[in-house]
Amino acid sequence: MELTKQEESALKGEQGEMMQMAYRILVATGEATDAEKLIPIEWTHLSGVNYNTIGDAGEEFLSSISKEARVKVKTTLNPMGFDIDNVSNYGLDENFITKQLSIKNSYETMGVIPSFSCIPYEIYDIPKKGTQVAFAESNAAIHANSYDNLKTNKESAFSALASALTGKSPNSSLRKEDKPNVTIQMKVKNPNELSYGMLGFFAGKVGDISVNVSGLAEMDKRQCKAMCGGMGTSGTCAKFIFGEGDSDCEKIDFDEKEMLNIFDELNTAEKGDIITLGSPQLGLDEITELSEKLKGRSFKKRCMVFTPRIVKEQAKKLGYTNELERAGCEILSDCCTCLTPLINKDSVDAVTTNSIKGAFYLKNSNGVDVNLKPLSQIIEDETS
Amino acid sequence: MKKILVSGKVQGTVLKSNDPINFLGTVDKKTGIISDKNHDLFQKSLKDSILVFPSGVGSSVGAYTIYSIKSNNVAPRAMICQKADLTVATGCALANIPLITITDEEFLSIEDGMKISLDTDDSNPIHHQ
Repeated sequence: MELTKQEESALKGEQGEMMQMAYRILVATGEATDAEKLIPIEWTHLSGVNYNTIGDAGEEFLSSISKEARVKVKTTLNPMGFDIDNVSNYGLDENFITKQLSIKNSYETMGVIPSFSCIPYEIYDIPKKGTQVAFAESNAAIHANSYDNLKTNKESAFSALASALTGKSPNSSLRKEDKPNVTIQMKVKNPNELSYGMLGFFAGKVGDISVNVSGLAEMDKRQCKAMCGGMGTSGTCAKFIFGEGDSDCEKIDFDEKEMLNIFDELNTAEKGDIITLGSPQLGLDEITELSEKLKGRSFKKRCMVFTPRIVKEQAKKLGYTNELERAGCEILSDCCTCLTPLINKDSVDAVTTNSIKGAFYLKNSNGVDVNLKPLSQIIEDETS
Repeated sequence: MKKILVSGKVQGTVLKSNDPINFLGTVDKKTGIISDKNHDLFQKSLKDSILVFPSGVGSSVGAYTIYSIKSNNVAPRAMICQKADLTVATGCALANIPLITITDEEFLSIEDGMKISLDTDDSNPIHHQ
């Protein structure tokens, strides 16, 4: 990689140990991803927040660097393990709570905006077309590249942190013009958000850096998010390019048969003990729609609804949280279905959800079975 | 040599594996010993070795394991891989452990137990002692 004089000097340690470490991470990441230089970025979004994912080593590392490290650009943050307002209702062990709060403090000390959200693209204004950002959360990176006209690598927790501390990121292949060699043709009729989630999951297995996708009908926000969440779960691919692509592209059909294969891989139960909505977290549009669909209805079992704090506050002013709580929803901020410690196999056998991303992590990390259904079906089957 | 990911200069004895390493699941953070029965380095300590292996695999959180073994003074002195992966790259960067990638031919020529020196400033960074 070609470095500027100032970057070389930081890498040698002339600007302090913290900058040296940050540049070491950027250079190692850049070399591993064939970048030729570092470029300035305007916004970073960090992962590596939930104590369930980063553990003691992560907690200790963040606590140690937060004494000195400060972010240089706008930096937002992924969900943590619980909603700080109601954590006492969930019987989490003291150690988890203490360690999670330490992680929260470390990020806040470094100057990170405590957004605790995996949908930064929905709760912040999107910068102008082509702006370089560094998003570590996979669904957010894919959404930024595919729908928001931004440019980001699929960052790791570490490269995004190093980008936050330096304002730079490796100029890896995702930031450049990419011509994918695969086109996925959507052949499933009348798709819902679950179909799009599975399309994304399929695309992540097939694609490498980016992938063409054709045959899509007009999609709503929930379906777009489901597709990004699905792809981020199954591979390293981090951009959808909409259209047929070049004539020499390999064409692969995503049809009912392919969809059923993925459904059978992720759906392991006929019904769930509880319901979760939100992975990615629900935005205000989805909360609005959900409260309309639940008018005059109530859930017959627990339904956990994950949404960013800022959306919950807006929804409260608009009267939606009252409506959702009346219908039996537990509204949780700051956390998400993914890797939540709030769902535990000792008390829950199976979870009903419409999220492919949620299903993958519930199954693989929480060790519970999953019953997959689109939201319309969940409301029909689980409310009265 | 293909790439320098983390630079540095060290000497040591090669600990070679033909299996990829998943740092998150298979390396004990306190002792630096490989705890996976199915791994060809089972029960071997990484401490002070020059660790030569194909590549890292598994969750990127494994980078924190590399940082932990370094903090606990049980880390390798350097790592040499055939293929760069983000977990090992960021882990070595966090922990300041020199890391380079080498060609398949060079990988075959390095044997377990060899004493070598590594200097990433040298155009030919690996020297057998």
